[in-house]
Amino acid sequence: MSINNKEALLNKQAEVQKVIDSYTCRVLVCSGTGCIASGSQKIYDEMVKLCKDIEGVKIEMQKDVPHVGVIKTGCQGLCELGPLMRIEPYDYQYVHVQIEDCKEIVEKTVLRGEPVERLFYKHNDEICQHPDDIPFLKLQTRIVLENCGKIDAESIDEYIAVGGYQALAKAFFEMTPQDVIDEVTKSGLRGRGGAGFPAGRKWSQVARQKVKERYVVCNGDEGDPGAFMDGSVMEGDPYKMIEGMTLAAYAVGAENGYIYVRAEYPMSVKRLRMAMEQAEAYGLLGDNILGSGVNFHLHINRGAGAFVCGEGSALTASIEGNRGMPRVKPPRTVEKGLWEKPTVLNNVETYANVPKIILQGADWFRTIGTEGSPGTKTFSLTGSIENTGLIEVPMGTTLRHIIYDIGGGLKSGAAFKGVQIGGPSGGCLVEEHLDQILDFDSVKKFDAIMGSGGLVVMDENTCMVEVARFFMSFTQRESCGKCVPCREGTKRMLEILERIVAGKGEMSDLDELQELATMVRSMALCGLGKSAPLPVISTLKRFRDEYEEHIRDKKCRSKVCTALRKFHINPEFCKGCGKCAKNCPAGAITGKVKSPYTINNDLCIKCGACKDNCNFDAVYVEL
Amino acid sequence: MLDQSYYKKADEVIEHYGRRAASLIPIMQDIQAEYRYLPGELLTYVASQIGVTEAKAYSVATFYENFSFEPKGKYIIKVCDGTACHVRKSMPVKEAMLKELGLSHKKHTTDDMLFTIETVSCLGACGLAPTCTVNDEVHPKMTPEKAIELLDGLRGESA
Repeated sequence: MSINNKEALLNKQAEVQKVIDSYTCRVLVCSGTGCIASGSQKIYDEMVKLCKDIEGVKIEMQKDVPHVGVIKTGCQGLCELGPLMRIEPYDYQYVHVQIEDCKEIVEKTVLRGEPVERLFYKHNDEICQHPDDIPFLKLQTRIVLENCGKIDAESIDEYIAVGGYQALAKAFFEMTPQDVIDEVTKSGLRGRGGAGFPAGRKWSQVARQKVKERYVVCNGDEGDPGAFMDGSVMEGDPYKMIEGMTLAAYAVGAENGYIYVRAEYPMSVKRLRMAMEQAEAYGLLGDNILGSGVNFHLHINRGAGAFVCGEGSALTASIEGNRGMPRVKPPRTVEKGLWEKPTVLNNVETYANVPKIILQGADWFRTIGTEGSPGTKTFSLTGSIENTGLIEVPMGTTLRHIIYDIGGGLKSGAAFKGVQIGGPSGGCLVEEHLDQILDFDSVKKFDAIMGSGGLVVMDENTCMVEVARFFMSFTQRESCGKCVPCREGTKRMLEILERIVAGKGEMSDLDELQELATMVRSMALCGLGKSAPLPVISTLKRFRDEYEEHIRDKKCRSKVCTALRKFHINPEFCKGCGKCAKNCPAGAITGKVKSPYTINNDLCIKCGACKDNCNFDAVYVEL
Repeated sequence: MLDQSYYKKADEVIEHYGRRAASLIPIMQDIQAEYRYLPGELLTYVASQIGVTEAKAYSVATFYENFSFEPKGKYIIKVCDGTACHVRKSMPVKEAMLKELGLSHKKHTTDDMLFTIETVSCLGACGLAPTCTVNDEVHPKMTPEKAIELLDGLRGESA
């Protein structure tokens, strides 16, 4: 059935809404990657099974029978507390739902509307019945994620019910392509992939090109370790992003589009495919969309495990079937992108912002966020934090608000040390930045980048030198090898960092590290290379004392660097059993049976076998 | 020599994506999904069929981390070492698995072709770090102990 004009879309919306309203009760099972990992698929199956067995109740739509709907939604946000479940119309939010709970949920909540108290989240001993009672969710502003977790992620009908595709209808029938570009420009929307280039300017540059064949490409190659926002959008509300891409295609006059999704996101690929098929069947994608004469065909390409493909020119090279290596710019992607044609390339979150801007207007959008960076930003909040999960807050929110008010502070009350923003290409922010507002421009001043929005919180037990080494080993491995500064520079920096964490560093290493970092930062070919030294630059600046301790005192204050640990045996606890000496691969432990043993730290290889094997907890690590 | 069935499968995949240079990566992905690795002979065959040189096909296949010319085990376990998993101690999980299976950082697949252990940069389930996947199914909040239990369970499954 095709929806071929605006009226048909509104009729469809009314029809679907009526169906949804006729449900007596709807069970929303979170099916984001996190909750699926916690076993939510089994919960979904069980709920479907139980609800089917209720007498006089149907889960499929039929007239005049009480209905219970069991649906799969995208990420509901609180990944750590999964599997998650919401129940409408009561708006109950259940956490940590187990198979054994399902029967009680059906009997109490589904049939009688009563809550199952023990499944509610408790915040400081207060029971949170509804999603908005939970500070983690209440304190967010959801635009991109507004439907994520609330609608069936596999049903275009539900997207239409909440106003989906009305932005498209408005654009097609009330606005010219130029109007669409103007509105996006006026909104101040900046690319959410990291660099923050104004989306409207990019679109108008493509629209201006003489070549008529153009492409719209979506960067869903969210490769930053510790970031899963775009994946959650693709999984939880794929329709919104597709509508955004269709709007972009209309604005710049493109008839073909590509979504490049990272290989590690099979669920995103599945949901996007499903969404595209449904949209095509409804005539909302393909030829003659909404009967307007506009054509837009969408294709999916899966990544194959190369971080550098998140860079624009590498991404288009990969779609063309080549090695994903960046090229020298100019010409830029807007002039010569995919197949040498003008190309709009934005990321998932950027496109997902567009429908709402078209529908509610640029002025509305500018009321959110900061002057220079309007709108919201999604972040994935992970690491040593009480509530890990997916969040969306206005641009300009402080880190303190994100970490302490929304995230609930550090895990087990540990002391805050730093937060890595922007993944391996980003920087490390510390205590003094907690109260600074966070937007594209401010973050740059702190030697970091917004990146796509991964926030990894680190506590006192994290060694910053080791973290710098970790990021460098990542970028070094992912360096494509095309330009010398990145290929050689990252390798040399990694060698130095490896030396330092192994306790073999010298003070001159720090200057060399700084010099290399500055060189790569200014001379690498692409954004990946240019930003690769940022973790080193920011940790050198803010944790220089830790670097020096590693080199001078051979000491790792976080006790992370195994090579710098010193093992000792506490003579008071040691029973002289000799088990440690037997297990020591280096022959570093000596002693007489039944009297305390000792470790020779010159021979010790710091493997920890003695500590693991001691039955009396007599082996300890010196700070 | 590969069995004729491999070439038949390749033909199907090539037909699906079309004989174009741009189809190279999706074709290789589907072949790898079928056989859990990319047989070298098939890559040569695909190249000739879609009109790219063997050298080009090889250069692309070796560029991307996901392609492997080595056969992999029945269970491909990817231990996530993304930032979030790393700071929540993912490497001890991998070490425990390697030790249990007698594997190393050079040898990834067990001789009985049951297990392949790899590291992956981020699986996108950071909220539940540290994680690993077994043939794309995510296992949350891993510990070295849980890792051994997981291996035991998989052994039982295939026995």
